[in-house]
Amino acid sequence: MKFGILVNEGPYTHQAADSAFKFAQAALAKGHEVTRVFFYHDGVNNASRLTVPPVDDRHVVNRWAELGEKHGVDLVVCIAAAQRRGLLDDNEAKRQGKDANNIHPAFRISGLGQLVEAGIQNDRLVTFGD
Amino acid sequence: MLHIINKSPSDRNSVEAALRLATKGSVVLLIEDAVYAATRGNTAAAKIQAAMADLKIYALKPDLETRGLADRVMDGVSLVDYAGFVDLVAEQPNCQSWL
Repeated sequence: MKFGILVNEGPYTHQAADSAFKFAQAALAKGHEVTRVFFYHDGVNNASRLTVPPVDDRHVVNRWAELGEKHGVDLVVCIAAAQRRGLLDDNEAKRQGKDANNIHPAFRISGLGQLVEAGIQNDRLVTFGD
Repeated sequence: MLHIINKSPSDRNSVEAALRLATKGSVVLLIEDAVYAATRGNTAAAKIQAAMADLKIYALKPDLETRGLADRVMDGVSLVDYAGFVDLVAEQPNCQSWL
């Protein structure tokens, strides 16, 4: 079965980013496909490559990135939600005249069309949030 | 339909709302802080008990264990791990997260 996942909460906030990750891991372990994780609202903070948690804590961002790379999961960050919160990739940083970018290269920026598409093209879309 | 609830009944009204609106034969999964609703004597215990006539109630075991609640689960509530969570989503025709 094909799964899409929507993450609406930031990392290290309550539990949604962890629940979503563990759900994705369990789905993949059972032989399902996770085609896309869409990060929306504060969920976009899951994509900051500058995240530095304490060494004995889980690294939420790298953990998503590794999952995406290993299993071909499309990690999509909502562009408008990201820009509001100061999350930019290289192209957007240039376009907005900013001197830095902070979106992890395993993630890509796109729009809500990708969320709608995840709802249409997958058998299930599971939402995690606050 | 699978109803996924993630907030404690002391925090939000999502447990109450989901139980009220879920149709007969639906499945409810309590995760994160919503696992408090699966414990004996919690503020929503009577509503959960009454809902069991029409709904199947599950709670995510790792989230109960994290909170030290695994030995306080109400009779009639079934426990699942993350693999069981995935199975519930796959078995039900659709799912709704009560955020």
